[in-house]
Amino acid sequence: MLSRTADSLFWLARYIERAENVARILTVGHRMASLAYSLGDAGNEWHSTLRAAGCEDGFFGKYEIVEAEAVIAYMVFDADNPSSVFSCLETARRNARAVRTALTVDMWEALNQTWMRLRDLDPAAIIAHGLIDFLDWVKERSLLFNGAYANTMLRNDAFFFTRLGTFLERADSTARLLDVKYHVLLPRDEEVGGALDYYQWQAILRSVSALRSYHWIYHDRLQPWLIAELLLLRPEMPRSLRACMEQIARHLDLLADAYGGKRGECHRLSGEMYARLRFGRIEDIFQSGLHEFLVAFLDQTARLGGEISRLYLM
Amino acid sequence: MARPEGELPAAGQGTDLSGFDEMHHAGACRAPYAMIRDWLEDLPPDLLRRKHEEAELLFRRVGVTFAVYAEGGNPERTIPFDIIPRVLDADEWMFLERGLRQRVRALNAFLVDIYQGREILRAGRIPEALILMNAGFRPEMQDFMPVHGAYTHIAGIDIVRLGPREFCVLEDNCRVPSGASYMLENREATMRLFPGLLGRHRVASVSHYPEDLLDTLRSVAPPHCPGEPTVALLTPGAFNSAYYEHSFLADEMGVEIVEGADLFIEDNIVFMRTTEGPRRIDVLYRRVDDDFLDPLTFRPDSTLGVPGLFGAYRAGNVALANAVGAGIADDKSVYPYVPEMIRFYLGEAPLLANVPTFDCGRAEDLAYVLAHLDALVVKEARGSGGYGMLIGPQASRAERDVFAARLRACPGDYIAQPTLALSTCPTYVESGIAPRHVDLRPFVLVGKEIRIVPGGLTRVALREGSLVVNSSQGGGTKDTWVLDA
Repeated sequence: MLSRTADSLFWLARYIERAENVARILTVGHRMASLAYSLGDAGNEWHSTLRAAGCEDGFFGKYEIVEAEAVIAYMVFDADNPSSVFSCLETARRNARAVRTALTVDMWEALNQTWMRLRDLDPAAIIAHGLIDFLDWVKERSLLFNGAYANTMLRNDAFFFTRLGTFLERADSTARLLDVKYHVLLPRDEEVGGALDYYQWQAILRSVSALRSYHWIYHDRLQPWLIAELLLLRPEMPRSLRACMEQIARHLDLLADAYGGKRGECHRLSGEMYARLRFGRIEDIFQSGLHEFLVAFLDQTARLGGEISRLYLM
Repeated sequence: MARPEGELPAAGQGTDLSGFDEMHHAGACRAPYAMIRDWLEDLPPDLLRRKHEEAELLFRRVGVTFAVYAEGGNPERTIPFDIIPRVLDADEWMFLERGLRQRVRALNAFLVDIYQGREILRAGRIPEALILMNAGFRPEMQDFMPVHGAYTHIAGIDIVRLGPREFCVLEDNCRVPSGASYMLENREATMRLFPGLLGRHRVASVSHYPEDLLDTLRSVAPPHCPGEPTVALLTPGAFNSAYYEHSFLADEMGVEIVEGADLFIEDNIVFMRTTEGPRRIDVLYRRVDDDFLDPLTFRPDSTLGVPGLFGAYRAGNVALANAVGAGIADDKSVYPYVPEMIRFYLGEAPLLANVPTFDCGRAEDLAYVLAHLDALVVKEARGSGGYGMLIGPQASRAERDVFAARLRACPGDYIAQPTLALSTCPTYVESGIAPRHVDLRPFVLVGKEIRIVPGGLTRVALREGSLVVNSSQGGGTKDTWVLDA
């Protein structure tokens, strides 16, 4: 297939995934901020929401003080912010339109209806009384698109590139989220963390729809190192780094098979990243530094994206 | 040198512009429309309105796709679809088809000649300056011979009907004619809205058009093509107003739709960038105008084309459809000479008539046109889309005065024709069913052989009395039926 087509599919899937992740992070940020008002720490919550979505630098280019309205306006509606929900959906559709014939009808309709509804929305009304409904709707639209492509696309290279986009973005998002909150996951000398820590742990799990999953897997009260293990290393957890990397390595292999066995640096790198997560132990990661681990992982995902692009998309 | 069609056309005889009614003639329903009449009579009174609304809805949904692709300059407009088909019987179509084949053979013979020996100029049948000084003439094509002598591989010939046996060619479109996708979508719409209606009639199918198009494109693969030719469609991109058609046709043919940036040239060979590395292209169905094809040869500021494409073309390593330089054949100032081309190259009498045309660049024609503006249609020689034209009988005095001033300033830019009473077909309108003026664009495919799917795109002027069918001027389209013998 055309490199441009593959590139558009890859970014289409990435931007849909990003829209969903930003919506999830904002939902939790909103919830945490309202809890934190009673604990006197709301400003801090909005700040980490910005960081988790990778929007910190852009935000401070426009605003000086972190306030709820400004953060919401910037992360949901701002056209200057390439990761705002609006920008993500807009970019996704632009990519889709450029490769209309590579999409199934269901994929296209899911995207196009989202975009048409988006154009009719009134930002003021959403901010005033409907933010959570709106963010839920974004999540639903992303689930619809993901379902549409999982259920209707041929299992060929077009599908593999779309899959790569979804999982690379998801891995990136989970790692970012963990890194913003890594300090509340570190082992402490005290017996238990304060109430705020407990809410923070819950918040991390909620951001990736994993609160229930945690209880199913561990049958235990929330423990920070188990949360870290769940989101880094557990294969059952669909948004864990390990699960994402497994999918990435697998779909890169499928591509190599489809293209006569040709492999590149992206195959080696994804294999290395996956192996580290598959055979790594959470104790060792904590020992050498969770933050350092996550920073290195984020670096590597960026590099992996570049290598995939170099081999296939240019 | 003789005038192309002998006498100056008589203008302004009578002011009856009601036109030939294709359904009712001489107080009776014409045979091809008998089934349509029965069908309309049997329909419950409100069903037609419901179907009209359903069609609007259907097309708005499909139209969503049109509108999407039409963004950027031409937003949110779909071309209205009229639910009542236009019908041609087998004899009428056979006559048209023979005429179309003849005309397009002559147009291609003219193009081959004009870029080689220029016999027709040397024989004095067409003024040399008219061709060689024309912006549509491409000196870069001198001595180039495309495979099978095909310059215009896809030609859209616009035909108007003036009487039971009278068909005229209004203009030829030899460059990148569009509309075939509407022909196919309109037939789909009829099948969805009135399942069974087509089955009860013996209507010739049009659905093989994409296959015929692909066959045609493959048949003109260049001599240097190794093995099975790879075909791709070159589009200016998603912001082009015809992008819907480009992606539709590429999809139906199962070929890649590429943009300039997807292609590169190495050793005079055209490659597309794919996920498996470079892949050679042998035939490009290009929907990009000549000017923008190759910044090294044509407009240097073009970002839509591919540097070096023309070199690869001349080297015989890639075929372009349509060929570069085909525009000289459909220039409005060359149009009056097409019947002469038919006589000159084929030694035959033209089957399809031309509309008599005044060339305002000639002093005597200009004087006549200025004196009869109230009876004539005046068009820009290089315009299209129904813009910049004057319909004398329907214009106000002030509008005619403004146009007269423009004519005097640049007479060579204009041609004039008598106002034609285009035929009418029954059409669904607010008040029920009423006659509206129509034209017809069949698509002629030229490769190893000439193929024409029966029918074409019927365009209809939806406003009462309007003679302008262009979609940019409030025109709609109809499904076009050719009945099997």
